[in-house]
Amino acid sequence: MTNFDWSRIFNFTDFAELLPLVQNSLIAGALLGLVGGLIGIFVVKRDMSFAVHGISELSFAGAAFALLFGANVIAGSITGSLVAALLIGALGNKAKDRNSIIAVLMPAGLGAGILALALYEGRASNKFGLLTGQIIAVDDPQLIWLIAICAAVILTLLLIWRPLNFASVDPEVAAARGVSTRALSIVFMLLLGLAVAASVQVVGALLVLSLLVTPAAAAVRVAASPLMATLLSVAFALVAVLGGILLALGGGLPISPYVTTISFLIYLICRLIEWGRRGA
Amino acid sequence: MSQQPLLSIKDASLAFGEHTLWTGLDLEVQPHEFIAVIGSNGSGKSSLLKAILGQQELTGGQILMQGKPIASRKVGYIPQSRAVDPASTLRACDLIGLGLDGHRFGIPLPSKAKRQAVSRTLEAIGASELAKTPITKLSGGELQRMRVGQAVISEPDLILADEPLSALDLHQQQVVSALIDDQRRAHNAAVLFVTHDVNPILDLVDRVLYLANGKFRIGTPDEVLRSEVLSELYGTQVDVVRNQGRIVVLGTQDHDHHPEEEWK
Repeated sequence: MTNFDWSRIFNFTDFAELLPLVQNSLIAGALLGLVGGLIGIFVVKRDMSFAVHGISELSFAGAAFALLFGANVIAGSITGSLVAALLIGALGNKAKDRNSIIAVLMPAGLGAGILALALYEGRASNKFGLLTGQIIAVDDPQLIWLIAICAAVILTLLLIWRPLNFASVDPEVAAARGVSTRALSIVFMLLLGLAVAASVQVVGALLVLSLLVTPAAAAVRVAASPLMATLLSVAFALVAVLGGILLALGGGLPISPYVTTISFLIYLICRLIEWGRRGA
Repeated sequence: MSQQPLLSIKDASLAFGEHTLWTGLDLEVQPHEFIAVIGSNGSGKSSLLKAILGQQELTGGQILMQGKPIASRKVGYIPQSRAVDPASTLRACDLIGLGLDGHRFGIPLPSKAKRQAVSRTLEAIGASELAKTPITKLSGGELQRMRVGQAVISEPDLILADEPLSALDLHQQQVVSALIDDQRRAHNAAVLFVTHDVNPILDLVDRVLYLANGKFRIGTPDEVLRSEVLSELYGTQVDVVRNQGRIVVLGTQDHDHHPEEEWK
């Protein structure tokens, strides 16, 4: 076995000097963690994990075309996301239909995106970043976009929290109580589209699930109440994304492998805790 | 008792394309009345509830509650017993709480009034000790008791129950139907109770709405559940057999015998 230089992955020399450079990333990460943890709870309740993946591929396509044509990448990403979210929302009312529609949209989006990237002649790291995440740099205009998207998602989510929750966990009774489940599901898809577009900017299209699904999926394994599930989901997402940014700092590697690994480890620990409780 | 009827169904009809479920349906439900809606599969029992809730548009006629179009806020709804999502983090008290304020905008802030209402309801349905139990750990009967609590916590004038006893064993059927009766008395609510088997609630009902063949009959169980009445309704020979307080309807050509509901 050759001597692998672990300091390429975990390197904390000059950490204090590097920290100010990632200030923007940390703010973006905190916002994304909050959004991912909150919306993830509903993704899990509504059984829409696969939809998140489908939306992220079209979000990638939108971003790739924006890059090719020199347009705003985040705006392209949002456009792709919203188109996907609305298509999935409009065509896939039943879970079965929804999964096949997502499976049809996903490769179409990914393929189109790859075409756009192949035609693009700019910096290669821009291309790679859309799929697998950025190398820590979030510039100021990007940050403003992210703040605006995240604020819109969080505020809307808080506004519709109770009826969305009712419609997600108990749709039949919610409808009988006058909750407009169809309108809520469209609004939710739009919020999900925005959250995906924001996440793509930091962790990349292929790894969005680690922010929008894994923390919530881990939280519901161990939480004993809906409030606890929400708090844990947000906490897990924050730990994953902020931890990922800080660990990635020294090595100059993309943050996504760190984020996804932390996220996965948290999930694993939650499964073990659950398993331990059952055995007890 | 010359009160205004709580619910008036006037000359209502519902058809899907060529297929007419019911037509010319007139029914006035008085406050506190317990009405069983029975009939064969596909006779439009559940569609009637959906129409009352405003989720299903009528082909003709109208449905009014206290003289006005239905306000779903004043209606409690008890669904069929279904398996719950195994990943659910809801506890019994959360499920009941949804019935109180689940439809309102905003986030669920801690509220003393809500806590008290939920614990009063849990007490009323005899389930205080189950308050913190995850709904994934409740038995079918316990879950349906919570459903009753969820339906009555908002003090509805009308309770709509859609096959709430299906998939329950005989003992649980009795417990849950007695609880519905008890709670509708406590809250002065009328009940429309959709069921394919009237026996568990035979002693509780004031009137029966029997839907079959696009037609219907309304009356007390003794008036409606008779061989000559149902034979006329179905247009074929139907026998109503009474045995040890149980009513069995024979010859309707639909599934009046469900193997999964075999009596032990």
